[in-house]
Amino acid sequence: MANDLTIQERLAIGRVHMPELAPEIRSRNFEEVNRGLGREEAVREARRCIQCKHRPCVDGCPVGVSIPEFLDALAAENLPEAARILQGDNALPAVCGRVCPQESQCEAKCVRGVKGEPVAIGYLERFVADWAMGNAAELPKSALPPASGKRVAVVGCGPAGLTAAGELARQGHAVTIFEALHDTGGVLRYGIPEFRLPKEIIDVEVARLLDVGVTIECNVIVGKTMTIHQLRDQFDALFIANGAGLPTMLNIPGENLKGVYSANEFLTRVNLMEAGRNPDSATPIIQGRQVAVIGGGNTAMDCVRTARRLGAERALIVYRRSEAEMPARVEEIKHTKEEGVEFAMLTAPLEIVGDWEGWVTALRCQKMELGPPDESGRRKPIAVAGSEYDIPVGVVVNAVGTRANPLLTATAPDLELNQWGNIAVDAGGATSIAGAFAGGDIVRGGATVILAMGDGKRAAAAINGYLGGEA
Amino acid sequence: MFEVLSNEILAPNLHRMVVMAPRIASARKPGQFVIVRADRGEERIPLTIGDADQAAGTVSLFIQAIGASTQRIVSTPAGGHLRDVAGPLGMPTHIGQWGRVACLGGGVGTAVLYPLARALAEAGNRVTTIIGGRSDRYIILADELAAFSERLLVTTEDGSLGRQGFVTLELAKLIADPEHRPSAVFAIGPVPMMKAVAELTRPHGIETVVSLNPIMIDGTGMCGGCRVVIGGEAKFACVDGPEFDGHQVDFDSLKDRLTMYQGHEERARHAATDCRLKEVANG
Ligand SMILES: Cc1cc2nc3c(=O)[nH]c(=O)nc-3n(C[C@H](O)[C@H](O)[C@H](O)COP(=O)(O)OP(=O)(O)OC[C@H]3O[C@@H](n4cnc5c(N)ncnc54)[C@H](O)[C@@H]3O)c2cc1C
Ligand SMILES: Cc1cc2nc3c(=O)[nH]c(=O)nc-3n(C[C@H](O)[C@H](O)[C@H](O)COP(=O)(O)OP(=O)(O)OC[C@H]3O[C@@H](n4cnc5c(N)ncnc54)[C@H](O)[C@@H]3O)c2cc1C
Ligand code: SF4
Ligand code: SF4
Ligand code: FES
Repeated sequence: MANDLTIQERLAIGRVHMPELAPEIRSRNFEEVNRGLGREEAVREARRCIQCKHRPCVDGCPVGVSIPEFLDALAAENLPEAARILQGDNALPAVCGRVCPQESQCEAKCVRGVKGEPVAIGYLERFVADWAMGNAAELPKSALPPASGKRVAVVGCGPAGLTAAGELARQGHAVTIFEALHDTGGVLRYGIPEFRLPKEIIDVEVARLLDVGVTIECNVIVGKTMTIHQLRDQFDALFIANGAGLPTMLNIPGENLKGVYSANEFLTRVNLMEAGRNPDSATPIIQGRQVAVIGGGNTAMDCVRTARRLGAERALIVYRRSEAEMPARVEEIKHTKEEGVEFAMLTAPLEIVGDWEGWVTALRCQKMELGPPDESGRRKPIAVAGSEYDIPVGVVVNAVGTRANPLLTATAPDLELNQWGNIAVDAGGATSIAGAFAGGDIVRGGATVILAMGDGKRAAAAINGYLGGEA
Repeated sequence: MFEVLSNEILAPNLHRMVVMAPRIASARKPGQFVIVRADRGEERIPLTIGDADQAAGTVSLFIQAIGASTQRIVSTPAGGHLRDVAGPLGMPTHIGQWGRVACLGGGVGTAVLYPLARALAEAGNRVTTIIGGRSDRYIILADELAAFSERLLVTTEDGSLGRQGFVTLELAKLIADPEHRPSAVFAIGPVPMMKAVAELTRPHGIETVVSLNPIMIDGTGMCGGCRVVIGGEAKFACVDGPEFDGHQVDFDSLKDRLTMYQGHEERARHAATDCRLKEVANG
């Protein structure tokens, strides 16, 4: 070990703080909020790791990143080695270091968290990945294996599809990704905003895939432009990773008023089409002065923070349970509050009210109180009689969730689905159609980037086995 | 990139563009559309596939240049390229056997109607086609439609060609005439026209199909921006439509939603309403 601190010395180091853009500045632009660690801070933080033999943190990571090993290389300031280890386990480390819910995954298992604060694994993953992006020349180029002569089609260019494509290409298979939209990345591009995940990171990751010979064809809607069976005929195997993109409606009066958006539409306009953040974009968006976002997940936080950046003077989260039940990441909730967003907790929307021209003017709400726990174990909200009131707003964003999109699955009746319309798979991701595998949100329902990537990795191994390589 | 093979002007602001898109050409069926983005930074614009030539790998689009984005598309010359063309999207038209049908087209709707009317005729239906426009200069595809229609009727608002008035005038006459009364009506055009047709056929119980044109982004059911109200229920026009039972459509809501981005004037007015509300809220 090149860094020879004693355990005591390691324990004496306090957890690093992520430098952030000041809330009053960042809530008015789309620049990345977390600025990233400096080299010295990163190395110091890596030295907090006490190199546990039983590696509990690795168990907390859905793709099993070799955390102690990459931290050890970083602590020894051997950045090329740290990057090599990290990139060997994780196809999109610059993305995961930014958006993984580390507090409930790797960092939740870190022994240093038992009596203090866990090692900032996510921040360090980001640091090493960003370093690798800026210093590609210092990294050894891994030679590609000889071509296997097999062709694999990947449906969807989100994290699951990107990961599977990279793994398969590195096994020598000829991979083509088919993507419905005009650009790559899936939710990473159209959903997660620039201020959390700069789009150039996706461009770099996609360029790395093109480098290893992956072909990406945008504007191909599988199920419409080509069917699953056509793909099955033209390729030796396929991986279906078309995500879970179908907004759930609120089913309350006024949902069709002008100024009411689904989270997907609101975020797609701003992120994919650059409405409101690039003056050259032709796509419009209603920039409300007062915006209410309904929901309590990451998506809701992304929408409300985007609304602030589009110029909202008053932006609020309307959520029918209490803050403790909110599914959003702790860091996101903290950032959202700092940016001047109001939280209307225990509040349920009843109706969206409009004017004579059909524009939204208010969100009619009702106060709730928490009753006994329901099936999900969370305390069920109960309406408080007579507590209705109106919040004056010009824009309402519905961020209550998404479901499986039946566009693709409807055209392949022999593709087995579960009761929610998600594709049914075995442990390796195999579907009911021979040679067709699936993973990511289309299998799990709305989950996380890293789980989608884990599915991509596992399915790639299974596909490799199916094609006669080593599984 | 999708090469534009030809681009001709059929009527004021109305272009026919033939675009190389082999996969779409072989997959498409009448009633389906594509989403076109002329270049980086441009909007995604839904356009019906007017016609396709599988052998040549081409699709024809009929485009009415009414705003910045459609103008940008039609300004792409033959030999130039459209950056993105995605499709075919939406449900194909249900081509049934009705016997006598009437097909009504208004403005650019006539172009959208054309592949549908032809498919109906090819399936053995006796097609009466009624097309309308502001004046004779706006009447398009008359010869093409006449080729398979049993009868072709034309109306213009100024009377410069055919009968003076709206397409509904001729439809009312058809319905009143037991010899020509259609069992099904297909109407594609501006929202007020489709609404008028649906109101005209409703008391007679004549099946009426309309093609809706809400504002769209992805065209795959992902954003929900294209939602329309059908029989009191929200439907996504890009996946459930764009054709719907005209008697079930809430045309007023559609018309209203189409004005959502109607220029800065409208937006400025909206902002002013917001301010007033704030005054109220702050007492
Ligand atoms: C706003 C928002 C914020 C989020 N924040 C976080 C976060 O902070 N951390 C985290 O871990 N997770 C987060 N998530 C969840 C995470 O983004 C998803 O779980 C993950 O992207 C799923 O990956 P995927 O590859 O399965 O699908 P997607 O990312 O959805 O990609 C699917 C791709 O397939 C394409 N496609 C769809 N249908 C077809 C078709 N028929 N033919 C061809 N292509 C098709 C889509 O256009 C898309 O590009 C967030 C999600 C949202 C919406
Ligand atoms: C399924 C479908 C198929 C379509 N097929 C065709 C076609 O074959 N040919 C064709 O020319 N057009 C077609 N349209 C309409 C076309 O998409 C719109 O005209 C276009 O989006 C307007 O864009 P713009 O930026 O040029 O105009 P904008 O500047 O956005 O709008 C100009 C004016 O038109 C109104 N408007 C905006 N969007 C629409 C709309 N979707 N429909 C009608 N008015 C609108 C605006 O309120 C504004 O007043 C179709 C629409 C749909 C949904
Ligand atoms: S991929 Fe995510 S869970 Fe795994 S180590 Fe990195 S940040 Fe932690
Ligand atoms: S659990 Fe924490 S301290 Fe132990 S090896 Fe993992 S990161 Fe290091
Ligand atoms: S256009 Fe997005 S759902 Fe129809």
